[in-house]
Amino acid sequence: MQIVNSSSPQAPSRERTRAVTAEELRAMYEQMVLIRTFEEHAEEQYTRARIGGYLHLSIGEEATVVGALFATGPEDYILSSYRDHGVALVRCGDPAATMAELFGKETGLAHGRGGSMHLLCPARHFLGGWGIVGGHLPIAVGVAMALDYQQRPGAVLCLLGDGAVNIGTFHESLNLAALFHLPVVFLIVNNQYAMGTPVAMASAEPELYKRACAYRMPGERVDGMDVLAVLEATHRFLTLAREERQPGLLECVAYRFRGHSVADPGRAYRSQEELEQWRQRDPIPRFEAELRRRGLLDDTMVQQIAARAEQQVREAIAAAAAAPDPPLTSLYQHVYGPAAREQFARMGPGAPYGEAEALQRLTGES
Amino acid sequence: MAEMTYREALRTALREELARDERVFLLGEEIGRFEGSYKVTAGLLKEFGPRRVRDMPISEESFVGAAIGAAMLGLRPVVEIMTINFALVAMDQIINHAAKVRYMFGGEVHVPLVIRTPGGAGSQLTAQHSQSLEVWFASTPGLKVVAPATPADAKGLLKAAIRDDDPVFFLENLVLYNVRGEVPDGDYTTPIGVARVAREGTDLTIVAHSYTVVRALAVAERLAREGISVEVIDLRSLRPLDMETVAASVRKTKRALCAEEGWPTFGVTAELAARIQRACFDYLDAPVERVGGAEVPMPYAKPLEQAALASEDKIERAARAVLAESGLLSVGRGR
Repeated sequence: MQIVNSSSPQAPSRERTRAVTAEELRAMYEQMVLIRTFEEHAEEQYTRARIGGYLHLSIGEEATVVGALFATGPEDYILSSYRDHGVALVRCGDPAATMAELFGKETGLAHGRGGSMHLLCPARHFLGGWGIVGGHLPIAVGVAMALDYQQRPGAVLCLLGDGAVNIGTFHESLNLAALFHLPVVFLIVNNQYAMGTPVAMASAEPELYKRACAYRMPGERVDGMDVLAVLEATHRFLTLAREERQPGLLECVAYRFRGHSVADPGRAYRSQEELEQWRQRDPIPRFEAELRRRGLLDDTMVQQIAARAEQQVREAIAAAAAAPDPPLTSLYQHVYGPAAREQFARMGPGAPYGEAEALQRLTGES
Repeated sequence: MAEMTYREALRTALREELARDERVFLLGEEIGRFEGSYKVTAGLLKEFGPRRVRDMPISEESFVGAAIGAAMLGLRPVVEIMTINFALVAMDQIINHAAKVRYMFGGEVHVPLVIRTPGGAGSQLTAQHSQSLEVWFASTPGLKVVAPATPADAKGLLKAAIRDDDPVFFLENLVLYNVRGEVPDGDYTTPIGVARVAREGTDLTIVAHSYTVVRALAVAERLAREGISVEVIDLRSLRPLDMETVAASVRKTKRALCAEEGWPTFGVTAELAARIQRACFDYLDAPVERVGGAEVPMPYAKPLEQAALASEDKIERAARAVLAESGLLSVGRGR
C-alpha cells in the first residue's frame, strides 16, 4: 500500500509546524523502543499465563502512538481504544503500574479491575482504554464538551482503530463535535485490519480521512510509520482544536505486525509477502536511521536505550509478579461511591444466596 | 407546601439544581427551543441559556456518551431521553460504559450522571412507544434506578439523583406527568433506596412502582369499600431495592401482590416475589402473586390496548385471587 500524504481542503495549514528539540527526538525514540520491548515481554508473559484475558499489541504502530502523544500537552485529555499499552506507557510514565495492571494486581493502573484494555491515569489526563469498538468516541466528545463548558485550555485526542469508523458512534460523534465546535481530534490508527477484515472490505470509502468532509471538518492522512509526520500533523490538528474550537479527523496509516490479539497468529488473512513488505518500513529502525543521520544517535546510545528499556520492563515484570492481588474483600468495592452504603443498607431481606454478605461488604465499616 | 403536577415538580427540581450548582446542565432532544417533548423543561432555556440547557440532535447514543465524558470531568449532566424506548439506542453507553466506569477503572474515575426518561403506556402509542423497560437497567450493577410515583418524590428524588456520585436512571411516566399532588417548598431530597408506605393496611400488601402505585391505591380504595384493608408500598427505588419496608409490610399482612406496568416474566415483580418468599416464607398465608402488562407488543386498537395494560381491574382481580387463596374472600367474588 502506497501512503500518500493527502488532506481535505480545510486541513490545517502546514505553516503551523512544531519545533522539535534533540532531547525530544531522542525521548520519542526511547518511548518507541520501550513500547516495543514492553509488548514483546507482555506477549511472552501472556503465553506463560501470567497475563489473562485479551492482549492487543501495537507492535508496528509505535510511531503513530508516540508521534500523536508527543503532540499533546499536559492540559490535553486522551482517550484510546483497547489497544492502549503504548498510550499508557507514554502518558502515565509508569511501566511497573502498567505491567501490574496486565498482571491483574492491586498496584496496577486500574488496581487490577480493568486489565490490558482499561489502562488509565486520570491525574495525567489519560481517561482510559475502552473495550467496545467506537464506544469511547462519544465520551471523548463529552470530555471536550466539559473543557468547553468550563472554558479550560486544552483539547481531547481520541485514538480509534480503523474498525471503529463503521459503527454509528463514529458518525454521531464527529457530527456532535463539529456541530458544537468542540476541541477534539479523532485520530484513526489505521493498522489496516479490523481483526482480520482489511479496510477495503469494510469501508466503502477506504480513504478514511475523507469522511471528515461530511462534517465540514478538516481531514488528513499521514504515514503512521513516520513518527515525525504523525507528530507534526497531530500538533497542527490539536492546535486548531485548542485555538479555534475546530475538531478534526487525522488518519495515520500504520501496520500491525502481530495478530489482532496474542491469541491470533495473524496469518490467515494476509500474506507473508505483505508482512515482509511492511517490515521493511518498521517505524523503529526507520526513526533510528533518521536520528543517526542527524547525528543524534550512535551505536552506544542505541545500545544504552535498548538496555534501559529491557531493564525497565524486567523490573516492571518482577514488581508485578511480586505485587499483591486485589483483596477478595474488595470484590464489591467501586461498584458505587460511598453513598451506596447507606442506600443499599435496606436491601437485605430475602437476598439471593451470598448476597447478604456482599451487602455487608458494600455497606460495612471496612 | 404547594400543589403542582408531577411535571412541574420535576421542572422545579431542575430549576433549583441548575441555580444551585454551576456543574449541572441539561441535554437532550427538543428540551430547549421546543420546551421539551413533554414540556418538563419548559422555560429553562430562557432562564438559564444554551450553555446550561443544550438541545441535541437525534443521536441518543452519542449524547448519552457525551454526558458520561462530561461527568468524568466533574460536571453533573442531566440527560433527557424522550421516552424509555429510545434509551435502547443508547444501551451500549448506559450499560457498557456508564455502569462500568467506576469499577472497571478501579475507582479512579466516576460518573455523576442522571438519565431522565418516561416509560409507560395507555395513549395508543403502540408497540415501539409503550414499553416499561426499567428492569433492564435495574438488573445492572453500577446503575441506580429510581421511579417516583408522586410529585413530591419526583422533586425530591430528582434532586437526590443529581447530587449522587453515580449514574442514576430516573424513570418518569407519561401518565404521571399530569398527576397533581402536594410538594414541599424549597430544598429537600428524597433518599435513594427507601420505599414509602403509600397507604397503610392489614390484609394484603401491594408492592408497586411509578404509575402502578396510583393504580394500586385506586384498587385499595375499591377493596376498602368491602372492608378489606390493603397496604400499598411505593418502591420509589428499584436499585437499590428497599426490601426491609416490603418484608415488614408482608410479614404484617401475610399476603403479597407485586404489580408492575411492564412484562412480569423476568420483571420487577419476579425479583420482588423471589425475595419476598425468601424473607417472609413463614409468614405467608398465600403464595406471592404477580400481575403486569400482557406479554405482547403493545397493540394500537383501544380495546386491545386496554386489555394489555396492567389496569386497575386487572390488579383488583389479582388482589381478590390472593385474598381468596388465603380464605379472606370466597373465590369468584367481585369478578
